Amino acid sequence: MGRKLLLEKAHVENIRSYDVYRKEGGYRSVEKALKTLSPDQVTEEVKKSGLRGRGGAGFPTGMKWSFLAKPEGVPRYLVVNADESEPGTFKDRYLMEFIPHLLIEGMIVSSYALGSNNSYIYIRGEYAWITHILEQAIEEARQNGWLGKNILGTGFDCDIFVQRGAGAYICGEETALLESLEGKRGNPRIKPPFPAVKGLWGCPTVVNNVETIAALVPIINEGGEEYAKIGIGKSTGTKLISACGNINKPGVYEIDMTISVEEFIYSDEYCGGIPKGRKLKACIPGGSSVPILPANLLLKTAKGETRMMTYESLADGGFATGSMMGSGGFIVMDDSQCVVRHTYTLARFYRHESCGQCSPCREGTGWMEKILWNIETGKGKMSDIDLLWDIQRKIEGNTICPLGDAAAWPVAAAIRHFRDEFEWHVTNPQEAQQRNYGLAHYADALAVPVA
Amino acid sequence: MADEIKKAPAAVKVTIDNITVEVPAGTTILNAARQIGGDVTPPAMCYYSKLEGSGGKCRTCLVEVAAGSAADPRPMPKLVASCRTTVMDGMVVKNITSDRVQDARAGVVEFLLLNHPLDCPVCDQAGECHLQDLGYEHGKEGTRYEFNRRTFEKEDIGPTIQLHMNRCILCYRCTYVADQLTDNRVHGVLDRGDHAQISTYISKAIDNNFSGNMIDVCPVGALTDKTFRFKNRVWFTKPVDAHRDCPDCCGKVTLWQRGDEVLRVTARKDEWGEVKSYDGKPGWICNTCRFEKKKASDWTIEGPTVINRHSVISQGHYLNKQQPKETIQEVMGGLKPRLLMDIHEVSEVNKLELSELPGAATSQQYKTNSNESSNKTV
Ligand SMILES: Cc1cc2nc3c(=O)[nH]c(=O)nc-3n(C[C@H](O)[C@H](O)[C@H](O)COP(=O)(O)O)c2cc1C
Ligand code: SF4
Ligand code: SF4
Ligand code: FES
Repeated sequence: MGRKLLLEKAHVENIRSYDVYRKEGGYRSVEKALKTLSPDQVTEEVKKSGLRGRGGAGFPTGMKWSFLAKPEGVPRYLVVNADESEPGTFKDRYLMEFIPHLLIEGMIVSSYALGSNNSYIYIRGEYAWITHILEQAIEEARQNGWLGKNILGTGFDCDIFVQRGAGAYICGEETALLESLEGKRGNPRIKPPFPAVKGLWGCPTVVNNVETIAALVPIINEGGEEYAKIGIGKSTGTKLISACGNINKPGVYEIDMTISVEEFIYSDEYCGGIPKGRKLKACIPGGSSVPILPANLLLKTAKGETRMMTYESLADGGFATGSMMGSGGFIVMDDSQCVVRHTYTLARFYRHESCGQCSPCREGTGWMEKILWNIETGKGKMSDIDLLWDIQRKIEGNTICPLGDAAAWPVAAAIRHFRDEFEWHVTNPQEAQQRNYGLAHYADALAVPVA
Repeated sequence: MADEIKKAPAAVKVTIDNITVEVPAGTTILNAARQIGGDVTPPAMCYYSKLEGSGGKCRTCLVEVAAGSAADPRPMPKLVASCRTTVMDGMVVKNITSDRVQDARAGVVEFLLLNHPLDCPVCDQAGECHLQDLGYEHGKEGTRYEFNRRTFEKEDIGPTIQLHMNRCILCYRCTYVADQLTDNRVHGVLDRGDHAQISTYISKAIDNNFSGNMIDVCPVGALTDKTFRFKNRVWFTKPVDAHRDCPDCCGKVTLWQRGDEVLRVTARKDEWGEVKSYDGKPGWICNTCRFEKKKASDWTIEGPTVINRHSVISQGHYLNKQQPKETIQEVMGGLKPRLLMDIHEVSEVNKLELSELPGAATSQQYKTNSNESSNKTV
């Protein structure tokens, strides 16, 4: 049984209320940080913990914090990214809904470390009821002296505000989020300058994911070094994975990053295997933006090693044979699923969510969607597959923000690994309307070169 | 770190396509390339030096940075938007010498034309359109797009400007004009992605004395001057520089004339297609100068506008027009097809006082004319 640091208490009755949360040991990290550590020492603990951003890119949090510019007389801001709109990802929702004080506690410690007196939670508009849960938690924390002026008599002031988004995926991109938070249209900004120098209202700002900030609580309570002992290599600590698709037990799981992908899918502790005796065909391991992998490359890397649920192992082989940890949205597909249809669904999502600022993403996402729809409905041509490849290649890397890449990667990976399924749709347009391509050879053992 | 920044030289050297220039620190790659000029300058469809915050969107100006700076000569992994990337001392940039850049730019041009109606034959911007120029230089002869193009209804934004959203490339320049030149911002972008559109909220008129500058900054024919629509092709007109004492603006304009008639008034443009600056200030013009001073006597004429000799405008054989010999009858064995429209006929537009027409000049006006004459002969 793996260690749980975030969700350990999530099922204690009434943990949502301040009194229960406090009784279970809540807000200890605030006492420890504010009374015994300097802000720089908190950042130092985060560096030691090896914590990496849980929002998608996996950038080391301690390093990100140390980049924050600290000019005299200019306010600094902490903004928590709770926009969680990536298809397949629903871990932050779980955390905020069931144990909201954990986020508030992590935010107070982080705000202290970063010197932010006004910190914000930017929450996805559709999470309307969670906004109320958070606001209530903030109110309780304020009444008990954890927020407001002169917290614990240390002279540190901090307030937290919740701002709801209006239903745009792009507002999860950190600079679009800041624009939206300022009350403007959520267009990503052109970088540089980065938020660490010029963020919210032009002031130095750190944007972190909900889970990243919540992880501050165990890091301060146990110490960065202890936290770093969990996991493998540079994947330290625990990670929330939201598992969905063709599995027996979809849901949010906290894993310490020491288990294999196979164990995660098939063990009863986690996903509990695939229902109705069906076979694993493919998986998107880190939310819709990361490359899809066929079963054989999912369970083992191209080198023949067991693939683990860690940042490094999931990325092993680069985009040619690997994928990414991403935001931890783990989507499992069995042999009844059609990869072409899934790719179309994702393309439609990205077309709809593109902000439309830069031409490759604005025009390219719509084009890919239309071609994929043709292939899926039996009107595709063989040349369409190469055309799709060329379009995604011309979007990737040429856009303002990573949404362009995120739209390109799923298409690229689907063609890379499932090209014969696309071709089958083109050559058998009628049959493709009636049945799915099935498992094909996607789970066959890999031909691993003998070293 | 802080010391290094202090020591940063005021002038930096940057090499673009093997040509080295010295520019003030803080200059963008694009502006450094403009100092070199010629083919080395990347095309820019959204950047506009006089509009703060513009650029970075269209991606036509992407270049490869082969070496970041003398201090850190590592290449940049991605292509960068030259209009929004500042040069560093010792930076090495590749534009036309980079296959990657050419490939990406061809992609961008294809994307920009994907939903474009290509209605140049009926577009007022034809002949002075940056998208046309870009297409000629970097485009392919055919499109790989096999779907319906997205379409929008035409929209009047105020009495003098028409928005033809189908042609818009969403460069955002006009929204910066609305933001920075006019006092009341009512113009922006609605919706997102490929369904985003430039608009005023609920077709509100833009009522401001400087709103006409939107027409000048629009690189395509999406925003057009309603007092000039369909009155003439730009290459049939003669541009002359003129000025008047205007209480509101610099009063320095280009008149687009046909005979003595003033068909259109615009701000003066520099070689990059941007409004010229006077004493360091952009020479925006007011709507009174643009839309209401349509008589040559309103203006002091300075002389012909210098137009790049490669421009189709300078090809307009306005003087000493030679009517080409009609060859159709010869090659068709004496058959004389009925022409829908004889372009030479239409170019004899001096018969009509175009500037006196209340609206656009359409074939209707010419028809009534010829009908009248034919009626007379009957
Ligand atoms: C299109 C797009 C959407 C994103 N959506 C989210 C999101 O919903 N939640 C999130 O935490 N990060 C999201 N990100 C990543 C953020 O830009 C940013 O990297 C992250 O919030 C940083 O936090 P971290 O360092 O704690 O991971 C998104 C990025 C892009 C490009
Ligand atoms: S990549 Fe897409 S979402 Fe990002 S700025 Fe460009 S158009 Fe907007
Ligand atoms: S209307 Fe013209 S200036 Fe405005 S965004 Fe479109 S192309 Fe650019
Ligand atoms: S001119 Fe640089 S991106 Fe448009």
